[in-house]
Amino acid sequence: MALLARDARVTRRELPFFLIRTTMQPLMFVIVFGSLLPKMGFLGAQYKATLLPGILGVSLTLSAIQSVALPMMQDFGWTNEIEDRLLAPIPIPLIAIEKILVGTIQGLIAGLFVLPIARLIMGPIPGLTLAHVGETVFVALLGSATFSAIGLFMGTAIKPQQIGFMFSLIIAPMLFFGCAYYPWRGLDVVPVMKYAVLINPLVYVAEGLRGVLTPNGPHMHLGVVVAVLTGMLIVVGWLGVRSFLKRAIK
Amino acid sequence: MPNAIETRGLRKVYPAPSKKARRGAASAGNDGDAGLRGGGDVVALDSLDLDVHEGEFFGMIGPNGAGKTTTIGILTTRVRPTAGKATVAGADVCDNEVEVRQRIGVVPQRPNPDRSLDAMENLVFHAAYFGIPRRVATERARELLQKLEIASKAEAKVDEMSGGQQQRLMIARALIHEPQILFLDEPTVGLDPSARQSLWAILRDLHGQGRTIIMTTHYMDEADQLSDRIALIDRGKLLALDTPAALKARTTDGSLETFFMSLAGHRLD
Repeated sequence: MALLARDARVTRRELPFFLIRTTMQPLMFVIVFGSLLPKMGFLGAQYKATLLPGILGVSLTLSAIQSVALPMMQDFGWTNEIEDRLLAPIPIPLIAIEKILVGTIQGLIAGLFVLPIARLIMGPIPGLTLAHVGETVFVALLGSATFSAIGLFMGTAIKPQQIGFMFSLIIAPMLFFGCAYYPWRGLDVVPVMKYAVLINPLVYVAEGLRGVLTPNGPHMHLGVVVAVLTGMLIVVGWLGVRSFLKRAIK
Repeated sequence: MPNAIETRGLRKVYPAPSKKARRGAASAGNDGDAGLRGGGDVVALDSLDLDVHEGEFFGMIGPNGAGKTTTIGILTTRVRPTAGKATVAGADVCDNEVEVRQRIGVVPQRPNPDRSLDAMENLVFHAAYFGIPRRVATERARELLQKLEIASKAEAKVDEMSGGQQQRLMIARALIHEPQILFLDEPTVGLDPSARQSLWAILRDLHGQGRTIIMTTHYMDEADQLSDRIALIDRGKLLALDTPAALKARTTDGSLETFFMSLAGHRLD
């Protein structure tokens, strides 16, 4: 609880910067692809139904990864600020798990911030429903937790000097090939890519959110989404905690 | 006299560095470690046996790379030993690490306060990690900041504090949960003479309160002035362990530096 209190204090203090950092890119996409291009006639109104859940997924991804990975790199970097927590009488794996928890919550906060603003920018969205609030929160939580675990792994396994590579080689491809801006079924036209992207957790988050927010549109079966994301969370969570332990204890 | 700390056959071997690191070390003429020279694993500690008595001010002195920080790392559960056993306040550092951390305070080699928090918050949150209620922690924090003469910096960001002030903040952080045993890893490195003397006074005061203090240093005069007993360490091995007076008595000029050279075959620095 004390660890959570510390992270809550820091998050509250840095909330405006956190929200700008994690929601600016998704909202830019919403403005261009969700408002401008449909108004210009380049995209149909139906595209908004595909885009909104994907943008929510992107904001969860960016915030969960950034809120865990970047602070981890700093904490284990030259300043070694993590030490005061490593000297606490708490099993060290719990410190790592707390980071995943905080990242999950921050991801949800970013999502809650983006959803109404995106809806406001895009206007009425065909087929959008908030009738499945519980399922929506569950998918968002699962996605946010998975990306937090990925953030933990990246933040402890990647050196600070390689942060540029992290964004270029991992995060950017994850965002563009995560079926955030198009439905997975749409990749029927490129079968190789359709199956290649299945290693990307964002695919399941975006498709899962489509399944609960715009269920009339094409989306992956929710059972598959939950099963795969749960499996990914367990595997990446284990890798992340192991990587954290390797950095924490020599 | 009961022991606050015991180590038996403590050994730490770090895996061989990469070929690139070895090439870099070789070109820099680094021959301070047999492991690197031989291209194999680095033996940081080689079967170290130590007993630190309760209430003792125990100094560990040795050159860079002697194994002092590794010893502190093992005793504070931040480094896992390759072999051997160590207990701190009766708890095994590997099997009961949480219990060990409950009983110790650590002042690291380089100040590393939480830069996302101000000075007071650093202390209050650290106390919270030990289950100390906020009201009690705030009161203790104010007292410590006053005692360490950094009360004016209570609400200051860490980056606004000088190196000496940050080091005092680290001491305050190490003491906030009132530990029985205090570890200090080269606490006066980088401090000016005045700050150093001031810190010595603080450490003497803490020792006078009955705490067990383990301090590493590579300053002979510091170990001599403050310690009840001194362990001389070089290349992971314990060369000698005795009171400063007894160690100096073994030399013709009464100098710890001379004594160290006679055992290690080279100067301390």
